[in-house]
Amino acid sequence: MMILDPPHQHHSPQEHDGEHKDEKHEEFGERIRQDFPILQARVKNKPLIYLDSAATSQKPRQVIEALKKYYEEYNANVHRGIYALSEKATMAYEHARFIIARFINAEQHEIIFTKGTTESLNLLAYSLSKQLKKGDNIVLTQMEHHSNLVPWQQLAKESKRDGKDIEVRFIKITGDGRLDMGHARQCIDDSTKIVSVTHMSNVLGTINPVQELASLAHEHGALLVVDAAQSVPHMKIDVKELGCDFLAFSGHKLFGPTGIGVLYGRKELLAKLPPFLYGGDMIHEVRFEDSTFADAPNKFEAGTPNMAGAIGLAKAVEYLQQIGMENITEYEQELTAYALHRLQEMEGITVYGPPDAAARGGVISFTIAGIHPHDVAQLLDRDGICVRGGHHCAMPLMGVLGIAGSVRASLSMYNTKEDIGLLIAAIHKAQKMFS
Amino acid sequence: MKEQISEGSLSEEEEIYRENILDHYRNPRNKEKPESCSFQHLEHNPVCGDRIELFVKLSGSRVEESSFLGEGCAISQASASMLTDKIKGMPVSELQDMAKEDVLDMLGISIGIVRLKCAMLSLKALHKGLEQYTENNRKKQ
Repeated sequence: MMILDPPHQHHSPQEHDGEHKDEKHEEFGERIRQDFPILQARVKNKPLIYLDSAATSQKPRQVIEALKKYYEEYNANVHRGIYALSEKATMAYEHARFIIARFINAEQHEIIFTKGTTESLNLLAYSLSKQLKKGDNIVLTQMEHHSNLVPWQQLAKESKRDGKDIEVRFIKITGDGRLDMGHARQCIDDSTKIVSVTHMSNVLGTINPVQELASLAHEHGALLVVDAAQSVPHMKIDVKELGCDFLAFSGHKLFGPTGIGVLYGRKELLAKLPPFLYGGDMIHEVRFEDSTFADAPNKFEAGTPNMAGAIGLAKAVEYLQQIGMENITEYEQELTAYALHRLQEMEGITVYGPPDAAARGGVISFTIAGIHPHDVAQLLDRDGICVRGGHHCAMPLMGVLGIAGSVRASLSMYNTKEDIGLLIAAIHKAQKMFS
Repeated sequence: MKEQISEGSLSEEEEIYRENILDHYRNPRNKEKPESCSFQHLEHNPVCGDRIELFVKLSGSRVEESSFLGEGCAISQASASMLTDKIKGMPVSELQDMAKEDVLDMLGISIGIVRLKCAMLSLKALHKGLEQYTENNRKKQ
């Protein structure tokens, strides 16, 4: 039998104050790290230095334990069974929705469970396309992940066949990897129906001015969709404050399980939006000739949902709330500033994105002169350092930056300055080898 | 704070960046565009940006000259450098039979599934170029 430690108690944020701020900060990451079993593992007798949280985060034991408990104690299909076990599973599933809604300041029935950001955005592209007319346009940015680009691009391509000719426009980025807001004002006009932007770039780390974009979109009667896959794990998200109409994120980047994600939508909009997938659980009444559909969110959740995923994700959210999103942001900003400083002072390294840690998250892309990103990633792996090398599912952005790919080190709350130090040392070693 | 990482080298089997690979990467052989050739083919892997353009000049039934242009990771570039060396003088009939194992033997390393595409890029360029060349010749006849 597995013996599990009791849940780790976090110290109150007050303890971060005082004269030993740096030391306390260092302890923050160390303390969080203790909750993540995989980070205790050693690879070839070296500690695992995980710097790929933008791809997927590691999971705290609290989440792993919640999944185990669900499968061992109350697994049953939801919304159907009258028996007590099914009722318990249904309550837990709906309670998970409540916890996640509260986490982003939404209402419970404004939360749709999907399998991830990609499905959330596909759902939107499909369902919103029904409302588009000839000559409408959709505005994206040059820094979108393929998941917030390809669905809209294909929608537009499809619309040409229907004679609708939907245009997709891309807001340009500036030299230091920010959105060119002047160009945004040119792109968004009265024919714009949808503006869909990433909250935090998965390549540049840039945090985009979502509030400003929301006002701009709304001035022209367009909807604002936010891809929050990268931002949700690192900062407080309040959909009302952001002023967005839809917001998508994935569970697996938020310390939760894979295969679960969220689409938030304003309730008035969800009420009007047609379903994406048809089947069981999403209907009101079915006859041979026709069907009527359930209200949101059920209308968008056809088939047996990912119950364990939702419960696990809610546990991850509770875990984050216990730590405090503000504390996480504060810690990560200092870590990001440190990493940027260390990389910028090295020779032969080009760092992409805003140079100022306050304008960005801890996603740091860089190239090393004379060494291909895949070679860098492979060399760092030998020292137990996990970084990503490649195009990061943003091929068009790579074209804008004029590179085939980059190395990406992405930070999370469980990383420490020591991790950064080891990264720097390993880069030195790689440079020496290739010199 | 410790920032020490081990300086020790990997075992012979583990080391994919052996001196021969790095040497071919730093000083590629046959990296030039010839004035004329019998066939050429550009192979590109958009996923990692590796690019190899292979040139082959035949003389009778043998390869007279072979060269390449390209950019990308050490594995893709070193394997192109080695492959162009290897096929010089080779009977055309043997080119088609060049297989994955031959390239791996040439590199002298074992490569994981993710990097295999890098290593095989120049071989793919050779096979596709040859196929096109054979096809064109068949049409002419």
